[in-house]
Amino acid sequence: MIYDILVGPFVEFEFMRRALAGVLTLALGGAPVGVFLMLRRMSLVGDAMAHAILPGAAVGFLLSGLNLIAMTVGGLIAGFAVAILAGLVARVTELKEDASLAAFYLFSLALGVTIVSIRGTNIDLLHVLFGNVLALDDQTLLAIAINATVTMVVLALIYRPLVMECVDPLFLRSVSRAGAPAHLAFLALVVINLVNGFHALGTLLAVGLMVLPAGIARFWARDISAMMVIAVLAAIVSGYAGLVLSFFTGVPPGPAIILVTALVYIASLFFGPVSGLLRQLFPAPHLEA
Amino acid sequence: MGALTFRDVTLGYDRHPAVHHLSGDVASGALLAVVGPNGAGKSTLFRGIVGMLKPLSGSISLGGAKARDVAYLPQVADIDRSFPISVFDFVGMGLLHQTGLFGGIGAKERAQVEHALEAVGLTGFEARSIGTLSGGQMQRMLFARLTLQDARIIVLDEPFNAIDAKTSADLLELVRRWHGEGRTVLAALHDIDLVRNTFPDALLLAREPVAWGHTADVLTADNLATARRMCEAFDEYAAACAVDAPSSARAA
Repeated sequence: MIYDILVGPFVEFEFMRRALAGVLTLALGGAPVGVFLMLRRMSLVGDAMAHAILPGAAVGFLLSGLNLIAMTVGGLIAGFAVAILAGLVARVTELKEDASLAAFYLFSLALGVTIVSIRGTNIDLLHVLFGNVLALDDQTLLAIAINATVTMVVLALIYRPLVMECVDPLFLRSVSRAGAPAHLAFLALVVINLVNGFHALGTLLAVGLMVLPAGIARFWARDISAMMVIAVLAAIVSGYAGLVLSFFTGVPPGPAIILVTALVYIASLFFGPVSGLLRQLFPAPHLEA
Repeated sequence: MGALTFRDVTLGYDRHPAVHHLSGDVASGALLAVVGPNGAGKSTLFRGIVGMLKPLSGSISLGGAKARDVAYLPQVADIDRSFPISVFDFVGMGLLHQTGLFGGIGAKERAQVEHALEAVGLTGFEARSIGTLSGGQMQRMLFARLTLQDARIIVLDEPFNAIDAKTSADLLELVRRWHGEGRTVLAALHDIDLVRNTFPDALLLAREPVAWGHTADVLTADNLATARRMCEAFDEYAAACAVDAPSSARAA
């Protein structure tokens, strides 16, 4: 019985195995990046960037249909273009970075949906907006795996300057020039992982498996390494549970995965030992010293 | 050749000078207090020394030292205290010149960090996250990191502000030790008595240099009054400065 629910679908159907592999890989790359997004107070920036990649992916779709490589390259180009343009506008004019980014991503989202609807059907549009983790082919899986691998290697390389940039940017600037390159490399990782999430979860939810697990981890750990491990675990468990939920209820897999992640988040919000609500309502007695 | 040489240097923001026509040498191994009212240009001068602010005119030479040979404690630290990092790891940042961006922290480095923490009285705080420290403990931790930087020139911008007497005394002891090790130390300070008791040399700044030399000669009642008078506000419509000759105040 339990076997039928938890293991059966994956033994029986290849598309479920592919989906599981895709989600696990997404979690490995995206969740650690999400932790840094959260610590740099950039969670919403990540969300905005997720929409910004849409027109690029849509142009790729327009040129070559649901071709993965074209959509990935287009998404990467659009993501970097918006990140750079938004930063430039914020630096040159009085407009602050958040407002400038909001303007760019609204424009991108509208443009992307328009482009897809010119050539595609409503199903294509749904695919672009919410992804389709049940339709991952070999090529897509390979691309997701490569992106996740690159993410982990680069994150390991820039880890020290990135942490220092977050904690004490002034100090890093006074002892090293590694701050700016590390920041740029990090932004590149954000875009890469958004494109990754885009294939499985669509433009609207791509950031979900990055930001929500990071939020979950914040309630369970005080240390950044522990946070990243917990975030990855949370993403893996939610991704798996979301697929199972989707299989038995017929809910689309993207929303199902994010719903489960959100439930884990809410549970952490209440029961997490680090500033969780229950811990605040019923504090343990204070110590002697 | 001094550790630091100012050649008719003017530093400022939007063309308005905050340090105006400063010339002089800081001898290698000097222990120099920079004194002056708020807005006198002390922080601006330090930002110029560490290379974060380009001079509007003139130049600052580090006497052959590289920018990384200068350790800097800013007045307003830009530290995210909510970031989940331990005191040990934070202080370990001071070893960056030694480990590089990728080098490991081995037994030797651990011992160095422990030693630095002991020197500032923070032994036992290694695993605490930096967000749990008090203001004084925070300053002790920053001094521990400065120690590990092993810099030839150390620049401290108002290091004892809002710090209690015990902590100031402990940290001042560390400053004396750096001086004893032959490092060049510059500190911006407001406590005139502390300067008189501890610092052999002083620079009195009020945008223009007022006096520079032995502390007893610099911190006279006349000079201090002059400095207070000279520190008026920015003149939004000031004309371009026509002074060509360097200022008359020079190192003794």
